[in-house]
Amino acid sequence: MTKVVAVTGNEAVANAFRQIEPDVCAAYPITPQTELMQRFASFVSNGQVKTELILVESEHSALSACVGAAAAGGRVATATSSQGLALMWEILFIAAGFRLPIVMPVVNRALSAPINIHCDHSDAMGARDSGWIQLWSENAQEAYDNTIQAFRIAEDMDIRLPVMVCYDGFIISHSIERIEYLDDETVKSFVGDYKPLFPLLDVDNPKSFGPLILTDLYHEVRKAHSETYKKVPQVVLRVAEEFEKISGRKYGFFEAYRLEDAEIGIVILNSAAGTTKDVIDEYRQRGVKVGLLKPRLFRPFPYEEIGNALKHLKALCVLDRADAFGGSYGPLYLDIAASLCNYSQKPLLINRIYGLGGRDYMPEQAAKVIEELMEIAKTGKVGSLKEYIGVRE
Amino acid sequence: MIGWKDIPPGMVILEAGSAMKIKTGSWRAAYRPKWIEENCIHCLLCWLYCPDNSVKVKDGKRGEFDYDYCKGCGICAVECPGKKGNKAIVMEEEVK
Repeated sequence: MTKVVAVTGNEAVANAFRQIEPDVCAAYPITPQTELMQRFASFVSNGQVKTELILVESEHSALSACVGAAAAGGRVATATSSQGLALMWEILFIAAGFRLPIVMPVVNRALSAPINIHCDHSDAMGARDSGWIQLWSENAQEAYDNTIQAFRIAEDMDIRLPVMVCYDGFIISHSIERIEYLDDETVKSFVGDYKPLFPLLDVDNPKSFGPLILTDLYHEVRKAHSETYKKVPQVVLRVAEEFEKISGRKYGFFEAYRLEDAEIGIVILNSAAGTTKDVIDEYRQRGVKVGLLKPRLFRPFPYEEIGNALKHLKALCVLDRADAFGGSYGPLYLDIAASLCNYSQKPLLINRIYGLGGRDYMPEQAAKVIEELMEIAKTGKVGSLKEYIGVRE
Repeated sequence: MIGWKDIPPGMVILEAGSAMKIKTGSWRAAYRPKWIEENCIHCLLCWLYCPDNSVKVKDGKRGEFDYDYCKGCGICAVECPGKKGNKAIVMEEEVK
């Protein structure tokens, strides 16, 4: 039984937390995540969940408390944005290195300086190599669905890894959309009882987390850790398949939109994909063969599958909602380029930076990109590889 | 040494007391603790505070130091209450 509701993205994810009822949540408020944990705190204080909510003095402490609770043997969640994620930096690597299945929605927001509370992807992109699995979400429905699946993915005994669920600050977190809730029982039985691995509170079987590992073993430990990520894609697909059975909604590594017969294409993450699909429909009506790829599983990045889905194109634009300062390209662009680099036939690539600090991404921007791609496909010439779009001169 | 295929998830150590395999006494530099038995009231605070395994206890009584596990940190000497103002543990210079 599903229930159709009109809720914000944060409200939807808070409801997923209520349905899953983690043992422990430790969190610190930060815009635009605040509303999520505020709503979840109401569920705790109203007695709707038995979760132990730990209110801490910083995000560094929030994730540290989560690491302790997860090592102790509990199902654990937190949430953050922007500077909060930046402050968690060193603990992100520890949570992943300990293989603790913590689930953390990241409500995407720009990084300082200058300080800004609105959407871009520089926060989660900065954490992309920390060892957390990243699922990205176009809308509130996907944020809700990804949050439920995240617990199953994280807790899979083959991988046991922390998961971030990324969705756009304000655009999705604070806008009211129509979404379908699964009923509580369905979610509870889908996620299932928590099975701890090496719980510290199992005092009859003493164990140690976090030993000092030096030159004689560290290299092997990191190799073993790296190998673990090879198992993630199958787990993500297996969980998606089971989720489809309870929801009717299909998930995979990415969404391909009108891509199969396309000659030019756009790769874009999260909410801006919706706008882009509308503009693609307009161009399709005029006979322009344009398509879109929207990654969902961004870490680990499905290089082979994405490369295969894009290699037939003549021209491709990767739109990044995060710049890479220091003269590099957008983080999404770099991965797309890597996914295509070994094919002899591949599209010409350009990278466009859009929407930083919540700057609106308008249909005209998508149209301009499509026009440029049509020109590149026709002439085989790339003018400028990386540019900002929607920026005042 | 084990290869990468035998690394446990999260490098969690599942064997209790495995620190006994690592003899840290070689880290000791300038000072080592000395036990003065006549000043000892066998309160075992030194055993409790020792961050390694250098204080040996038998039948509830304190025994000699095991210098294989003593890094010379001096915590035992600081915590020792002694008897009538006389410490049962003092730090003395390492004899080279």
